[in-house]
Amino acid sequence: MTASAKSGNVIPKYLPVYFILLGIAGLEVFLAYQNLPTVSLLVVLLALAFCSGALAVMYFMHLLQERRSLFLSLIPAVIFVLLMMNMIWSDSLRLLHLRPFAR
Amino acid sequence: MSELDHAVQNHGTALMEPSPYAIPSRKLTMWLFIISDAITFGAILFGYGYLRTASSDWPAPFKFYPSIFNVMIMTFVLITSSLTMLGAVDSAKAGDKGKTGRFLWATMLLGVVFAGLHIREWFGLIDDGVRLFQNPWGSPLFGATFFSITGLHLLHVISGVIAIGVIARGFLRGSLTAGHVEITGLYWHFVDLVWMFVVPLVYLLNLAR
Repeated sequence: MTASAKSGNVIPKYLPVYFILLGIAGLEVFLAYQNLPTVSLLVVLLALAFCSGALAVMYFMHLLQERRSLFLSLIPAVIFVLLMMNMIWSDSLRLLHLRPFAR
Repeated sequence: MSELDHAVQNHGTALMEPSPYAIPSRKLTMWLFIISDAITFGAILFGYGYLRTASSDWPAPFKFYPSIFNVMIMTFVLITSSLTMLGAVDSAKAGDKGKTGRFLWATMLLGVVFAGLHIREWFGLIDDGVRLFQNPWGSPLFGATFFSITGLHLLHVISGVIAIGVIARGFLRGSLTAGHVEITGLYWHFVDLVWMFVVPLVYLLNLAR
């Protein structure tokens, strides 16, 4: 088999992931115009963004095909650091409520 | 003396054990860079969230046209560029230089289109009076966070386009391997991934009603 014959078959394989990512992007825009409360919208949009990100990492970046040790070394550490950053919210809400004319 | 013999003689066999991840060192390095970059973007998005939550008058300037429509096209372009990058990596691994080149040029073109649309979006906001520390609508920090986050992402896109150009040239000349194309692809997909978080947090949560 020639090199040309062997290559180029990967696009159809990844088309479902591609269309799911486009669909999620469209769904996010649709939901943003549904007048949901800001917190609910934030939670839904973040959940959809995490789904998109997971698909991109697992399929486009092929982390699913790598050894599990690579996944376990990289991803939990990132999630841990991002979770630790959540300690700022109590302070940002405190700042909002200290404002005399805060809406 | 081979490179392996030289390494064993100078460093001992203990250092020659196989990689625990079974990937080349440069691929692991790219993964570590991506992880650190993800935390950088996470930090600036958290900083943006902090300021947005703490501000009572955060602007919501993004109308469907031109901003959100523009963002939808940009998202389509960037996700499509990830698909062409996958084609480039696959073709490179198969040793098909012609097809690899075409896929890489297509990825670069889509990256340039994305950057162009991004800059158009910036100029639209600048025309509306948005600056780094002032805007006509509310909290003056809106411009600082918007231009910082989207600017850092745009910098990544432009860097990626340049990197793909260099890699394409090297691969077509035979000085670089399919491994280099694959590693550049990892970076490009990461740029795509970051955009998936920037759009909902920066644009869709600040829609003009």
